[in-house]
Amino acid sequence: MTEFLIDPFTDFAFMRRALAGCLALALGATPVGVFLLLRRMSLMGDAMSHAILPGAALGYLAFGLSLGAMTVGGIVAGLVVVLAAGLVTRASILKEDASLAAFYLLSLAAGVMIVSLRGRNLDLLHVLFGSVLALDDASLLLIAGIASVTLVCLALLFRPLVMECFDPAFLRGVSRWSPVAHYGFLMLVVVNLVSGFHALGTLMAVGIMILPSAAARLWARGLPMLLLLAVLFAFASGVAGLLLSFHADVPAGPAIVLVCGVVYFISLLAAPGGLLAGRLPVRNHLER
Amino acid sequence: MPMIQLDNLTLGYDRHPAVHHLSGEIAAGALVAVVGPNGAGKSTLLKGIAGELRPIGGRIVMPALPAHGLAYMPQRGEIDHSFPVSVFDVVAMGLWHEVGAFGGLSRRQRERVRDALDAVGLTGFEARPIGSLSGGQLQRARFARLILQDAPLILLDEPFAAIDSRTVEDLVALILGWHAEGRTILTVVHDLEQVRRYFPTALLLSREPVAFGPTAQVLTPELLARARRLSEAFDDNAAECHIEAVPTLPPSTGDGAAAPGHVHAHDHDHAHGHDHRH
Repeated sequence: MTEFLIDPFTDFAFMRRALAGCLALALGATPVGVFLLLRRMSLMGDAMSHAILPGAALGYLAFGLSLGAMTVGGIVAGLVVVLAAGLVTRASILKEDASLAAFYLLSLAAGVMIVSLRGRNLDLLHVLFGSVLALDDASLLLIAGIASVTLVCLALLFRPLVMECFDPAFLRGVSRWSPVAHYGFLMLVVVNLVSGFHALGTLMAVGIMILPSAAARLWARGLPMLLLLAVLFAFASGVAGLLLSFHADVPAGPAIVLVCGVVYFISLLAAPGGLLAGRLPVRNHLER
Repeated sequence: MPMIQLDNLTLGYDRHPAVHHLSGEIAAGALVAVVGPNGAGKSTLLKGIAGELRPIGGRIVMPALPAHGLAYMPQRGEIDHSFPVSVFDVVAMGLWHEVGAFGGLSRRQRERVRDALDAVGLTGFEARPIGSLSGGQLQRARFARLILQDAPLILLDEPFAAIDSRTVEDLVALILGWHAEGRTILTVVHDLEQVRRYFPTALLLSREPVAFGPTAQVLTPELLARARRLSEAFDDNAAECHIEAVPTLPPSTGDGAAAPGHVHAHDHDHAHGHDHRH
């Protein structure tokens, strides 16, 4: 048993790095994913993950597979798309989803085009699907750093962000925090997508944000429990996904996201907020 | 000292006025029911006073209003009922002006949250998720939050919409209590019976101000009919407005109750040249 569960991590440094990366992603990206879910922006997170591609691709075009260049490029591209979409939403009759869709589609197309200008297919695969099993020290530090900054920012923004999600009109009425919470949160989404992009690639970075959050939402009634459960689900899925990848010799990124999916489907069946809960016969209802 | 001075105020969307050339004063301590047909600009007026909507003409001055002195409760708001927060947390949001984004709640403040819940009859609901409340209970929770906001000027947009009579009575009792404490309250109300029964002063709007004064003198059949006529005369392709003369709310006296409100509201149903700017 231990040789199946523990030894891959004790024997191989790349597995330990991957494990640390998954822990950092679970702590940083997943709480952000919880708020994405609660703000009904799950699909927007997906859109934004595609939006960072051309920035990362430009960094790649200029400097090859350089961590710094691709990170800065990705963050800049993500912020540009978020701000541009926000601007279009405010100044035109298009709603946020439409303007974001327009920008991210253009962004994705530009990104793939840029990568293919110079790269080989292997590089494209790396950008799209990440390389959690090949995290070097710098990438690991970056992911851990982003996770730390995210936790601090979330702690500072927590109350305004909750109010912005729950009753934005009220928050606007009592303070000027509303835009700070909104745009601050979007920035956190972008940097965490970039962080997830190094490990899981642009296409799947959102997986570890949204799937554990959705699963946890089916179990938890309060926000603290929801955040805690989501982080636990994300980390557990990370560990299980790495082991699956190790033993079955399949790519790690998709394995992790698929395990997240398994957790989600189990929750969907078993959790109090899931599919079966309301359909089972009730033995005794409450007195009042 | 008036609480609100409206100076030739025009509010609207897309250049179409929803509140048109409104001037007048609302005295501090007044309890005013804002009435009028659908689309008369009642909600728009409240939005304008609350600062949610920038005037497209004229201005709103509130000289005596301290910072954070305005509490505004929109009609439905943008409340996300499925969000996992408890009733206690929602009501405690009313303490924002005291605790801000980072401050913790003191024992005394927790006590006040519970008192507010008690005052609206929601004792025992503290830990319930907000989504489990009925419409009336949610409205009670929003009123509890208003209690904690402790604002001298309170704007309520249709607080009694789709609420049973028992709840309405309780909420009206709260409003009358605030009135007795000297707060200024503007409430949009649809049910004229409720206005006649509870509100000393009424403002009848129909884009143009129709009348403002003691409720009995505002809610007369003639004035109400006139308000209906005015609202029906709205024209989507109205010509540009170049009014210099200004319809005025008569200066109110005492308890915000003005002299019988004759307001000079000129007709706007004469659409001259149609300018299609859509």
